[in-house]
Amino acid sequence: MKKGLFSAITLVLSAALFLAGCGGSGSGDTQQKGGESAQPPAEKKLKVGLSMNTLNNPFFVAVKEGAEAQAKDLGYELVVTDAQNNPGQQLADVENLLQQKLDILIVDPADSDAIAEAVKKANDENIPVFTIDRQSNGGEVITHIGFDAIKSGNIAGDFIAEALNGKGKVVEIQGIMGTNVARDRSKGFNEAIAKHPDIKIVAQQAADFDRGKAMSVMENILQANPEIDAVYAANDEMALGALAAIEAAGRLDKITLIGCDAVDPALDAIRSGKMEATIAEPPYFLGKEAIKTAEKISKGETVEKSVILDSTLVTKENIDQVKTR
Amino acid sequence: MTKGLALVNKYRVLIIFAALCLAAGILSDSFLTVNNLLNVVRQVSITAIIAAGMTLIILIAGIDLSVGSVLAFTGAIAAGMITANLPLVVVLPVTLLIGLLFGLINGLFVTRWGIPSFITTLALMVIARGMTLVYTKGYPVVVSNDAFRFIGNGKIAGVPLPIIIMLAVFALMYWVLRCTSFGRYIYAIGGNEEAARLSGIPVNTIKLAVFGIGGLLSALSAIIYTSRLMSAQPTAGTGIELDAIAAVIIGGTSLAGGRGGIVGTLFGALIMGILDNVLNLMNVSPFYQSIAKGLVILLAVLVDSKFSKIKTR
Repeated sequence: MKKGLFSAITLVLSAALFLAGCGGSGSGDTQQKGGESAQPPAEKKLKVGLSMNTLNNPFFVAVKEGAEAQAKDLGYELVVTDAQNNPGQQLADVENLLQQKLDILIVDPADSDAIAEAVKKANDENIPVFTIDRQSNGGEVITHIGFDAIKSGNIAGDFIAEALNGKGKVVEIQGIMGTNVARDRSKGFNEAIAKHPDIKIVAQQAADFDRGKAMSVMENILQANPEIDAVYAANDEMALGALAAIEAAGRLDKITLIGCDAVDPALDAIRSGKMEATIAEPPYFLGKEAIKTAEKISKGETVEKSVILDSTLVTKENIDQVKTR
Repeated sequence: MTKGLALVNKYRVLIIFAALCLAAGILSDSFLTVNNLLNVVRQVSITAIIAAGMTLIILIAGIDLSVGSVLAFTGAIAAGMITANLPLVVVLPVTLLIGLLFGLINGLFVTRWGIPSFITTLALMVIARGMTLVYTKGYPVVVSNDAFRFIGNGKIAGVPLPIIIMLAVFALMYWVLRCTSFGRYIYAIGGNEEAARLSGIPVNTIKLAVFGIGGLLSALSAIIYTSRLMSAQPTAGTGIELDAIAAVIIGGTSLAGGRGGIVGTLFGALIMGILDNVLNLMNVSPFYQSIAKGLVILLAVLVDSKFSKIKTR
């Protein structure tokens, strides 16, 4: 009886999935037709597809918002998909986007290797494609726009070395190890620190770019290390989590804290003197820049093969000059 | 001989717990300090409260995968209400009520339409996460309110409030399971649902209530989590359902239902928390941490299945 019920459910589920699959391509078709009939007589609206790796993280939400704002200014139609950090989902997203008669496709890959297949699919359809934030390890892309994560790690390392006068105990809180950004920021940071033999990294732990996890991890590290002079968190969310732990432990004035990304709450923390620095890799800019590049490509202008946006150190001194929007 | 084994069996969670504490104390000087122990238990409280609800649900042979998403959603709603300057006497009950509602929806699908709880709560997990993202637009909701801050960060007589709340929840659940007919019905349903039904136990009502409690405790956990960070994270609670289930199983409650208890769950949650804490204290590479955690879960369950064949009576 129970087994029968279970197999019935499995059957219903697979049928539902099958139907959903059909429904997906069906709606793609109708949109395609809609696009055709709307396009020629009215204004020629550029249609841009943006395949995001995730929208479950403030950084990438801001990328999307920057892109949307710029697209609105230029009167472009922007179609955004969310792969929920799943490379398989992203391939399906790109396939669905390619069904919709795009003029240009922008991809923020969930995984640099896995995205190559999706890029190749766009190449086959002759739709111009480029990547932002993370690169594609295959296929033909027109350009890549992003920040240099190694350089950003370098900046953080140099800042801490200078703040400590080349001597002290340092904690590194890492992102999701296994992603390029986490790996490269950590690499850059350790490169910079390695130049100073008197600076010791006393703890090196991952907190998955998550504020809650960073708070727990930092609480534990604070327990184990009575002496800590500086903390580098590989993004601001984690820096803010670490800040909560440091503040609760009453060690705010002893510890130099630097994050990365320059999100608004982190800037507030710097203004109020709770955090010393962050590194501006403003995601909103990245989104805007992506659409501006799409404009250039559509007009037939040449674009650089690789565009590295500036990462800048933000401290109390220059905080009011830094533009993040 | 069998008597000794039965004793080991009865207190197996405690034995694993003690062994782990001992090992942790030897491996790290910082572990056995009052500060660190309070720190670990406070960190554990969020998972443990959810695991308390999960224990009841697993005891009736159900499962609840939606707890993490419900935590995120109720946390976001609570933060939203505080930002809108509603007083805490409104915010807290409303938040708990929304959690209860989610639990009741789970229970309704399970009892009224006979859908397995795995499927129902999986669906609700996805829906509640989506609702959270819609509500927060993907950004954390930051709050500032000193009274609210006290819930997650305050201390009473030196003991952090989250620990007191957690202990109160476990004491209440212990009493419910041991001393009320509601608690005995839960075991009866988990042991043999059909027999329970035939002997006149209102099976559906009990099940509905159990899922309701699960949702309510998720919301309670959300209040503590949000207060600790003073911001509601759209990603809050991702994967917490697995930690909670692991705590329940390590604590000796059977996934098949009807066997186990709330005290084991508390120690199960503590074991998971101490593992995290010690691995951090010892600065073990993150790559090895999940392997170590998984191995301990396997070990605990292995010991459990080996001993569960020995009759306690």
